[in-house]
Amino acid sequence: MSERRELTEEEAARKAWMSLLAKAPAARLVALWAEAGREAGFTWLRAPEVGGVMVRGRAGGTGAAFNLGEMSVTRCALKTEAGAVGHAMVQGRDRKKAEIAALVDAGMQGADAPRLRAELLDPLEAEMTAARAARAARADQTKVDFFTMVRGED
Amino acid sequence: MYVAVKGGEKAIDKAHEWLEDERRGDVSVTELSVAQIREQLALAVNRVMAEGSLYDPDLAALAIKQARGDLIEAIFLIRAYRTTLPRFGYSQPVDTGAMACDRRISATFKDVPGGQVLGPTFDYTHRLLDFALEAEGLERPEAPTEAAEHPVMPRVTEFLNREGLIQDEVPPAAQADQPGDLTREPLELPADRPLRLQALTRGDEGFVLSMAYSTQRGYAKNHPFVGELRIGAVPVEAEIPELGFAIEVGEITLTECETVNQFLGSKSEPPQFTRGYGLVFGQTERKAISMALVDRALRWKELGEDDKGAPAQDEEFVLYHSDNIQATGFLEHIKLPHYVDFQSELELVRKIRREADAAQQGVRREAAE
Repeated sequence: MSERRELTEEEAARKAWMSLLAKAPAARLVALWAEAGREAGFTWLRAPEVGGVMVRGRAGGTGAAFNLGEMSVTRCALKTEAGAVGHAMVQGRDRKKAEIAALVDAGMQGADAPRLRAELLDPLEAEMTAARAARAARADQTKVDFFTMVRGED
Repeated sequence: MYVAVKGGEKAIDKAHEWLEDERRGDVSVTELSVAQIREQLALAVNRVMAEGSLYDPDLAALAIKQARGDLIEAIFLIRAYRTTLPRFGYSQPVDTGAMACDRRISATFKDVPGGQVLGPTFDYTHRLLDFALEAEGLERPEAPTEAAEHPVMPRVTEFLNREGLIQDEVPPAAQADQPGDLTREPLELPADRPLRLQALTRGDEGFVLSMAYSTQRGYAKNHPFVGELRIGAVPVEAEIPELGFAIEVGEITLTECETVNQFLGSKSEPPQFTRGYGLVFGQTERKAISMALVDRALRWKELGEDDKGAPAQDEEFVLYHSDNIQATGFLEHIKLPHYVDFQSELELVRKIRREADAAQQGVRREAAE
C-alpha cells in the first residue's frame, strides 16, 4: 500500500465524486441516472466484478493495524464513445450501480460535468447529507447528563 | 475418522425438500422477506456479518432466512460465500476517532467533549415483554425534523494520555505495519496482537463473552472500566491501483470499545492505566466489550504480568476455540456416518472381551481343581 500523498486538485475532486457514488444507495443512483437520461455507448475495459476489500482497523484506534473483516464491493472500468475512461469501486454487489458510477466518473471528466453535477451528484449528496443530519439530530436528542449521587458516607 | 459413504441420494433429496417446507412454515402466514430481516432483525444481521467476517447486510439477511434463523448456520453460509470472492485489496485503517456516532458513552468520565449520547439502546429498558408489539402497524414516535451535525468526539483515552497516565497506542513504522491475515495464513502461535484482534472480532460472541466474564469473576482479573463505547458510521478508504490514489469505497457501521484497566506496574512498565480494545462490525456492543476484556487479558506477556494460569490468558486456548465455524464443523461431523470406524472399534471391544472371558474361565478352572 502506497504512502499517503497530497492529491492534485483534479484528483481530489475525482476522489470526492467517486466516493459519493461508492456510498450512494444503489436504488437512488439508478433512479437519478434514469431521470438524467444520459445513456451513452461504451465498451468495457473491465466488466463489473464482485469482490471483497479487507477492512482494517487499528489497535486502540490509533495503534498497530489489524484486519477486521471484509466488505463486499463491485468494481468495473469502461471507455465511453467520447473516449473518456471511467472507473468505479462501489459498496455492495449491485453491478448496475458500478456501471452507472463508472459512466458518471467518465462523464465528469468532460463537457457534461456541470450537468451531471447539477442533475445527479448534487441531489445525491443533498439526500445523503440530509439522512446523516437526521441521524445526528436523533443522536443529539439522546445526549444525557448524569448526576453523581452523594453516597452519604461521611 | 470419517470414511465416505455412497447412496442415500433419494432420501437426502426428500429431506432437503422437507427442510424447504419447514423453513417456509405455515403458508397461511406471510412469507418473511430478506429486506424485512435486514431492517427488523438488524442485530442478528450484525452478528452474522461480524462472525461471518463479511460486511454485507443483504447477504447476512439472506443467510439468516436460508438458515431458518440458526445464526451459526447463517455465519457458515457467509464464510463459505466469502471464500468465493476475489480479494481486491486492503483498506486503509479506518479512523474511528472521526466516527459519526449514533451512540457514545463513557463509564469513566461524566463530562466528555461531545457528550454522552445514549443512541438506540436497550439500556434502562425494563426488560418487560411489550405485548403491544403483537399488533401490527403501531404508531411510531416522531423523528426530529431539525437537522444537526455529528459533533466532534475525541477519544476518551486521549485525556488520560495527555497526562501520560495510560499506556500509549502508536502505530509501528509503515513497513512494519502489515498485519497478518487469518484468511490467508493459518493461525500460528505465538500470535501478535493484530492477529489476536482479528481472531477475536470474528470469534463466537458467546465464547468471547464467557471468556471476558471469567476475567471479571477473578480468573486473571484486570479491573476493566469502559473508558469509551462508540457506535456509528465510518467511511472505508481503499486504493484504486489504476488511479494511484484511494477513494471511499463505502461506509460501514462499527462498534468500538476501549477499556481502561488498573495496572500497578511491572518490572518493565511503570504504574499506569492499560488498555483493552474491541472493534466489531455493526451494532454489536456485548461483543465489542467482551473482545476488549479478552484482548487485555491476552496482553499479560507484553505487560510483564504474571501468568495466573487463567483460561483467558491462554492464547492457544482462546484463539483455537473462538471460531464457531471451526468448532461446529468438527463437532457436528461426528454425527455423519462413521460405520467403518465404529466397526473396527466394535471388533476391538469384542476381541478384548473374548480374551478377558477366556482369562476368567482359566482362573475359575484353576480354582476348581
